[in-house]
Amino acid sequence: MIGLSHYLLVAAALFCIGVYSVITKKNAIAVLMGIEFMLNAININLVAFNHFMAPSQVIGQVFAIFIIGVAAAEVSLGLAIILSLYRQRHLVAIDEMDILKW
Amino acid sequence: MDQFTWLIPTLPLIAFLIIVGITYRFKLLSAIVATSFSLGSLFLAISILIQKIQSPKTTETFINWLTLTANQQTVLTLQMGYLMDPLAAVMCLIVTLIATLVLLYSIGYMKGDDGFSRYFAYISLFTFSMLGLVISNNYFQTFVFWELVGLCSYLLIGFWFFKPAAADASKKAFITNRWADFGFLVGIIGLFTHFGTFNFAELSTVISLHQNTLVLLILGLLVFLGPMGKSAMFPFHVWLPDAMEGPTPISALIHAATMVAAGIYLVARGYILFASVDSVMIVIAYIGGFTALFAATIALVQRDIKRILAFSTLSQLGYMMMALGVGSMTSGMFHLTTHAFFKALLFLGAGSIIHAVHDQDIFNMGGLVKKMPITVWTFVIGSLALSGIFPLAGFWSKDEILTVTLQHHFMGLFILGTLVAFLTAFYMFRLIFIALFGDNRSGHHAHESSWTMTLPLLILAILSIIAGLVNTPWFYQWTGMSFSTFLFFKEPEVPVIHWSIAVLSSLAAMSGILFAWIIYSKQQISADKLAQRFKGAHTLLLKKYYIDEIYGWLFNKGLLGLGKVFNFIDHILIDGLFDGTATLIRSSGVQLRLFQTGRLQQYALVLFIAIAAMTIWGVR
Repeated sequence: MIGLSHYLLVAAALFCIGVYSVITKKNAIAVLMGIEFMLNAININLVAFNHFMAPSQVIGQVFAIFIIGVAAAEVSLGLAIILSLYRQRHLVAIDEMDILKW
Repeated sequence: MDQFTWLIPTLPLIAFLIIVGITYRFKLLSAIVATSFSLGSLFLAISILIQKIQSPKTTETFINWLTLTANQQTVLTLQMGYLMDPLAAVMCLIVTLIATLVLLYSIGYMKGDDGFSRYFAYISLFTFSMLGLVISNNYFQTFVFWELVGLCSYLLIGFWFFKPAAADASKKAFITNRWADFGFLVGIIGLFTHFGTFNFAELSTVISLHQNTLVLLILGLLVFLGPMGKSAMFPFHVWLPDAMEGPTPISALIHAATMVAAGIYLVARGYILFASVDSVMIVIAYIGGFTALFAATIALVQRDIKRILAFSTLSQLGYMMMALGVGSMTSGMFHLTTHAFFKALLFLGAGSIIHAVHDQDIFNMGGLVKKMPITVWTFVIGSLALSGIFPLAGFWSKDEILTVTLQHHFMGLFILGTLVAFLTAFYMFRLIFIALFGDNRSGHHAHESSWTMTLPLLILAILSIIAGLVNTPWFYQWTGMSFSTFLFFKEPEVPVIHWSIAVLSSLAAMSGILFAWIIYSKQQISADKLAQRFKGAHTLLLKKYYIDEIYGWLFNKGLLGLGKVFNFIDHILIDGLFDGTATLIRSSGVQLRLFQTGRLQQYALVLFIAIAAMTIWGVR
């Protein structure tokens, strides 16, 4: 029988993959993808808690939908920054974006 | 006549303003203006003195110059006014008389000098300041004029400011006086805070009722610092010999007859303050006596004619101070008067000689007696008066001082005074036998000076002969007056000649002259051999007891060392504290900014670790 803890473990695994990719990937697109991983891990958590803890209400689902919406906006913004940076400097490597550095 | 007292100092001030504003370009006119205005003051001073003798009463007039209030209460009133009593009248007469004669003399002496008008303007300013000091009725006004005469002294010592020696000497005089005047000012302020007034008359009333001798002791000694500086008492004497860099008539007027006597005058004026504590009087007496002996010994070996006279002045000022200290104002002021005449005479005579020979070294003179007889014989009269030979002015005043010293049981000071009388006669006649008589040693072409220079000499010579008679028993029998009549209102002290003292001091003076004659005229004893024999003492005297060197060392090592300590505290400790704080913050910033790598992923890592840590900590 698949219970709450299985969902949570999947979510935790997804989150860790996301963190790993945010911290280690050189490519800005991959970093954005890592952030998406983490957000979706949260979504799984919310939906799973909602289903197992309070099945009569749909608060978790509503939150998840909100997060998906906000994530879409965030990703479009992130991609826009990366695109404009690419036009300026022809790079998407995140560790070379240092023009604001001292 | 009293209501015209304010005119006495004002006339020279007007002369000063006229010379500065109008007649600066016209040299002779400046001299005439200065001399005639000074002559006007002289006539006023004479008429006021005559009036004072006829109807002895004190006149005091003042305006409140500045009133400071706090909470509707007057806290400080500064007065400007004049106090005309016999003491001030006598002093006014001395100042105006010497000033007029010196101005007349200077017309000849300063002929052709570029600063001719400037010179007469300065002297007028000095006369104004000195008279303002003499007639002032309170300590505050005295202090203002005290500083003004100091300024004039500075200006006139440095009159030939392009000579480095003169510029240095003027600075030295000013700075030395500054040290002394600081104590003086503190003393005056102390008097005010303690007794609430600057006024002489009020102070004498309050002080005579005051019981706390410690306060009076401290205030008396502080105020006495002022006279010590102005009258060049040891240890402030160093400026006076150097002040001889100024023109010679200036030495006669300021540094022999009037300004240096201001210290004596102030002690006489504020006498009640000093006389109220015995130990202050003893300090005054011994400082005076010590200075008298100290300066007289230095004068024995000097070669510069003006320096010999300068040390002689120091010595005589010490005499006056000693007389005041042992408790006789009359004899101190009497010696001040006679000394003003014969020392001005000697300086003007020296000026006349320097003018003719163009040299100040007495060993480059000699054989002057045939070439400039008036100068030489008036100079001899002045020297005889200074040495205290009967019946010239110096005899009476010096005898008076020795008498009161003995009467007040200062045996040590009496012996010292007699010794100084011997030394005085010796160094003066050493000067005379070397410089005036004997052979012409440098081949100079001296000639007698013009009448404007010889006339003051003759007038002063006559005064040097007769001025002393004022305080003799004969004069008292004739007129019922003695010198003390001019100082006090009470019955005049009857002058008495103490024949034993008179004979003793005359013997001392005579033997001084005799020794000088044997050594320097007959040359029975070689002066050079004496100097060789007592080489150590001779060098010590020639170097003026190394006082200048000691002061130089003190300033170099002491003050500069102190300066270095302060420099260390300021630059190393205090600046170090502030600079160190700034450096610490900057360097920690340098270290801290290494955290700001600009690597996004490092930030993210830190962020995640922090969140994880907080979560774990929160869960627990």
